[in-house]
Amino acid sequence: MNLTLLPLLQQLLLVLAAIVLFLSFVLLAQVRLISAIHAFAWQGALVAAVTAVVAATGQVHHLYFSAALTLALKALLIPWMLHRLTRRLNLERHTESLQSPALVTMGAVALVIFSYWLVLPMIHAEMTFTRNIIAISLSVVLIGLLMMVFRTQAVAQVLGFMSMENGLFLAAVSATDGMPLVVELGVAFDVLVAMVLFGVFFLQLRDSIDSLDVDRLNRLRETGGDSQ
Amino acid sequence: MGNFLTGSGWGIAALQSLLYVALAPLLVGWLRKVKARLQNRRGPSLLQPYRDLYKLLAKEARVAHTTSPLFRAAPYIVFTATWMAAATVPLLVVDLPTAAIADIIVLVGLLALARVFLALAGMDVGTAFGGMGASREMLIGALAEPAMLMAVFTLAMTAHSTNLSSVIDHHLSDGFVLRPSYLFALGGLVLVAIAETGRIPVDNPTTHLELTMVHEAMLLEYSGRHLALMEWAAQLKLLLYGTLIVNVFFPWGIGQGLSPAALGLGLAAVVGKLAVLAAVLAVGETVLAKMRLFRAPAFLNLALLLSLLGLLSHVILEVGA
Repeated sequence: MNLTLLPLLQQLLLVLAAIVLFLSFVLLAQVRLISAIHAFAWQGALVAAVTAVVAATGQVHHLYFSAALTLALKALLIPWMLHRLTRRLNLERHTESLQSPALVTMGAVALVIFSYWLVLPMIHAEMTFTRNIIAISLSVVLIGLLMMVFRTQAVAQVLGFMSMENGLFLAAVSATDGMPLVVELGVAFDVLVAMVLFGVFFLQLRDSIDSLDVDRLNRLRETGGDSQ
Repeated sequence: MGNFLTGSGWGIAALQSLLYVALAPLLVGWLRKVKARLQNRRGPSLLQPYRDLYKLLAKEARVAHTTSPLFRAAPYIVFTATWMAAATVPLLVVDLPTAAIADIIVLVGLLALARVFLALAGMDVGTAFGGMGASREMLIGALAEPAMLMAVFTLAMTAHSTNLSSVIDHHLSDGFVLRPSYLFALGGLVLVAIAETGRIPVDNPTTHLELTMVHEAMLLEYSGRHLALMEWAAQLKLLLYGTLIVNVFFPWGIGQGLSPAALGLGLAAVVGKLAVLAAVLAVGETVLAKMRLFRAPAFLNLALLLSLLGLLSHVILEVGA
């Protein structure tokens, strides 16, 4: 495949997909919660833009609808809810101390290479230009997973989970021109419900351990009558 | 590359390297002017860096008793190495003989040579500040160099050549192509350039506050013509990085022949692009605060990450098996 022969719109698509990947790295290493939420909102907006561009290049009209849905949900509603939650939990100025962030970033780079290697047979099989984006979306999923493993702050873990969902959506759009509309609506509703549940979970977590640092759940605590 | 190794090719190459030396203080003057304007000051004249250099060159050079001959030789070596590195970067036209004898890796090597001698001179005096500045410079250099090489490899993979002229030629012949890898390489290279030329988030070129200075700390014991050469080399390095960024990523307007018209157009284009770049840099320096020295590794990690992503996105998105 030769990049210079592609129309400008498809080149733009590749650039947008690459920036989605970069934002995954930003999410992974961003210690300020508010900035991380902003990065997540931008990632959602870019995924929506990718969807819209795929819709424009492939003349797939129902994708415009999914693009609008993604924009409304991932770039506006969920970030707004997270924003409100962090304000309510007094975490606006919270910065998390990461252990060896450079090492984790390099681990994420290794994940990108791994997912490229994984997707390689698929790219050989068919030569559509959006096939190249599958490796990107797989790495977004894996980096989201890494984020959930590596970050100890509950809000950051939720961001990792949501960015995994972004990656899956990107994969669906780039591989198969999007899922059927019913499935998409179902997934969107699922994500929204998950978000509401996470909000409840945050409040419960803070009530019981006075912090959103989930590492503290691993510690044994002596409770109950006579031991105190 | 038809017209190199001719007499006129070498003539233009010599002219171009002289132009580098002549234009470097002007770029710094322009940068200071824009910065002053942004801070509501009138600022010194555009020609002030020339006057400073003239003043320093006319003054007597004093050398501390504790120094070795290396201290006297270092300014000449640093200046020459930076100048040679600059000569390999096409300023007005591509396809010059100087570009054919050295590629980007040689350029990185020449800059590393200049850095090593700068650091050695800083330590040679034996003052605490010199040693401190040298150690900080080497910390920044050691982290910036891999990022720069990665960015360079991204360019080289696209053009299938490490020669700067071929890279620019390849980019020009492709016309306007949106490349994710170029976007990341540009980001990485800009961050490396900021760190290497000692601009604001990493080092403050105007400070002489002992806790924060990096580049100035190594020059504290220099005076007269030695100091002039060191300052000039630093200005040359800024021009070199600026030209590298504008001519590789935005090569439009660069001359492709040796005719006077092509040269004039190339000069006008590069001066215009550099003026815009310096204005952007000035805005950045006004908006950002200098960060703590121990944040510099994180800053350069970001540069390395950007360059790595450039390399990966070239392989994943642009070649696509």
